[in-house]
Amino acid sequence: MSVSKRTYDAVIVGAGGAGLRAALQLSEAGLKTAVLSKVFPTRSHTVAAQGGVAASLGNSTEDNWHWHMYDTVKGSDWLGDQDAIEFMVRKANEVVVELEHYGMPFDRTDNGKIYQRPFGGHSQNYGKSPVMRSCAAADRTGHAMLHALYQRNVRAHTQFFVEWVALDLIRNANGDVLGVTALELETGEISIFHAKATIFATGGSGRIFYSSTNAFINTGDGLGMAARAGIPLEDMEFWQFHPTGVAGAGVLITEGVRGEGGILRNGSGERFMERYAPNLKDLASRDVVSRSMVTEINEGRGCGPEKDHVMLDITHLSPEVIMKRLPGIREISIRFAGVDPIKAPIPVVPTCHYQMGGIPTNYKGQVVLPKDGDPNTPVTGFYAAGECACASVHGANRLGTNSLLDLLVFGKSAGESVVEDFKAGNLSLKPLPEDAADVSLARLSRLENQGDGVQVADVRLAMQRTMQKHAGVFRFKDLLQEGVDQILKVAEDARHTRIQDKSQVWNTARQEALELDNLIEVAKATMISAEARKESRGAHVRDDAPDTPEHPNGRDDNNWLKHTLWFSADNHLEYKPVQLKPITPGVESIALAKRTY
Amino acid sequence: MSKRTVQFKIYRYDPDKDAAPYLQDISVELEASDKKLLDALVRLKAKDDSLSFRRSCREGVCGSDAMNINGKNGLACLTDVDSLAQPVTLRPLPGLPVIRDLIVDMTQFFKQYHSIKPYLINEDHPPERERLQSPEEREELNGLYECILCACCSTACPSFWWNPDKFVGPSGLLNAYRFIADTRDQATNERLDNLEDPYRLFRCHTIMNCVDVCPKSLNPTKAIGKIKDLMIRRAV
Repeated sequence: MSVSKRTYDAVIVGAGGAGLRAALQLSEAGLKTAVLSKVFPTRSHTVAAQGGVAASLGNSTEDNWHWHMYDTVKGSDWLGDQDAIEFMVRKANEVVVELEHYGMPFDRTDNGKIYQRPFGGHSQNYGKSPVMRSCAAADRTGHAMLHALYQRNVRAHTQFFVEWVALDLIRNANGDVLGVTALELETGEISIFHAKATIFATGGSGRIFYSSTNAFINTGDGLGMAARAGIPLEDMEFWQFHPTGVAGAGVLITEGVRGEGGILRNGSGERFMERYAPNLKDLASRDVVSRSMVTEINEGRGCGPEKDHVMLDITHLSPEVIMKRLPGIREISIRFAGVDPIKAPIPVVPTCHYQMGGIPTNYKGQVVLPKDGDPNTPVTGFYAAGECACASVHGANRLGTNSLLDLLVFGKSAGESVVEDFKAGNLSLKPLPEDAADVSLARLSRLENQGDGVQVADVRLAMQRTMQKHAGVFRFKDLLQEGVDQILKVAEDARHTRIQDKSQVWNTARQEALELDNLIEVAKATMISAEARKESRGAHVRDDAPDTPEHPNGRDDNNWLKHTLWFSADNHLEYKPVQLKPITPGVESIALAKRTY
Repeated sequence: MSKRTVQFKIYRYDPDKDAAPYLQDISVELEASDKKLLDALVRLKAKDDSLSFRRSCREGVCGSDAMNINGKNGLACLTDVDSLAQPVTLRPLPGLPVIRDLIVDMTQFFKQYHSIKPYLINEDHPPERERLQSPEEREELNGLYECILCACCSTACPSFWWNPDKFVGPSGLLNAYRFIADTRDQATNERLDNLEDPYRLFRCHTIMNCVDVCPKSLNPTKAIGKIKDLMIRRAV
């Protein structure tokens, strides 16, 4: 198979929010940039974000970045790095206002400013009362944002390679990153994208779970590529289960519904969140709300004939508010739950939604790994941003609306870092190793020639069932241990997948097999990291680490206030310290405390 | 809904092996949880992995899985499979070159989208904070900004079939009006100049197929009418 070669200053993999924001930075600086995306940019999963993007603009209620920082650190259950969190919340106003200038159609307040709504875990005065911090375009914020970013890139003449699938990361003997191999879907052509800088903005991998709000394309491609190339994955045990996925369908219902006044009710109609989070109630942090819902269901207080879900009720809101602020949710409810939320409550269950972990980076968007005693040594030529990266701002649990903020801030920051490194002469086009494409060619050749084997769909389903059963909202020691064995077995099967379709033209069977390789890396990382972390923290809650006076909420800061690093080659784990110190002298570290809402 | 078997006729064409396109008769047993046409397609693909179609969000917001369903354009993920007459006939979107099976080459569609300068034009130095816009001004963008670029409308439009290279098409024109209607945009005249041409705008003959098929319930014909109004008002 012949391999063509293309040379760029920078290659960006992924054209969702983070990739497009990074691309703008590079295009406007005049760098010769290629943006690879396996889907047309506006089909990336950022498009599905609904409720808003956090920024302490204070348009409707008093707010400041100190409060936002506190909420984010607390939300992360203190696993977030406070330098990265300070960086993100202080950049929030700038990146949101920029988007407005790009043309994003935010909703407006009566005085013409960006409309903001309350969201889970966001508060005034260090947890005292809800704050209006989520900047929203109805309940279609991600759609409005992604289109505005794409449009701005059209203006900046960014060069896209649309419907190209990145296959593998290219590193030299020194470990420097030299670009990626990629496959053009329409022709089956394999190409090396040789670049001075490579930015991964490949999004999440929620498709490792059976029930997920994530799009089909969220297959952890960047994580898989990085892991196979020897880059560890950080904090992969932390997965967010969004409280309100449509029961049965998995489609997301934004937390903005509760921000606008929606209430969760159990089988007897009780507003049960009052018992679990007396202060913020339905607007407590997502991990807390999801666990409360599952507890209600497990204790027999669910709704429906199987008592297997709860209800999200907005029937007390005026139809005008629903039509104006939540039109997309109404559409989704009617189409996927068969109920009009103006008249009847929406059946919901916690559904896998977001990966807090990812490729380890610093707040500049540089990918870092342990080397010569420094756990955060930058990898030359490699950057990452958005959901695929772990900066880490979300720690053990992400706050709603901080994901869109993350991709804007760190997309821009990664772009800026590349431009700075480029201008400083720190980036050069290093010679490609002879075998630069060999890993990819071997994977393709294996698929082409696999005789006996297993169906891709069957292996994928086995993986999703295993993850769902063994690494869900609540985690159990025994199930985690069994889960490790099972996922390693599934991973072995994934090495023997077989496809019937051998066409060179738009071969989606081949694409799905290649994506499965990436999902499997993420699934292994998740299960092994989760089994090893013997405490409860944020979204990772174990039966053998309960709430005790010595370990409030089951959290064990003496032993586990540290980031996990999983290495694919031999499945071993290392740990690195959490950065508790903010960037700016004088900005105080948020002191460790028990999380209550 | 319990388990049931659904019959399909699906347009198949793989240029690597087929001399010509054909309609494949195929049926699939659906699980109780399979509700949408996309669920059925995913089941079919598990049976025959060579069946090719685009899909992503599965909730009608990314615009990937547009196709011609029993003669009408729509999104597979929003279409209730049990509402369809059998055999369910699936074809690629009409009027665009077929790459393979249900996957069309959308180059011409996006070329028209790009031709309307789909980005805000405002040459003033941006203020420190957001530009102000009243809720009423913002409301003008409703029904416009929600376009998902699925191409259901443009590929249902006879004028676009005849002149895909010259007529912008309903989606592109809806997006053109989205920027004209935005009080923050300063390029209305330039945008109208860009459309003042016997083909680009005026090939719309208000057939309204676009309105009929839009999965987001948008109304490109109305937006086109508003552009025409502005052009007339500008001329007198």
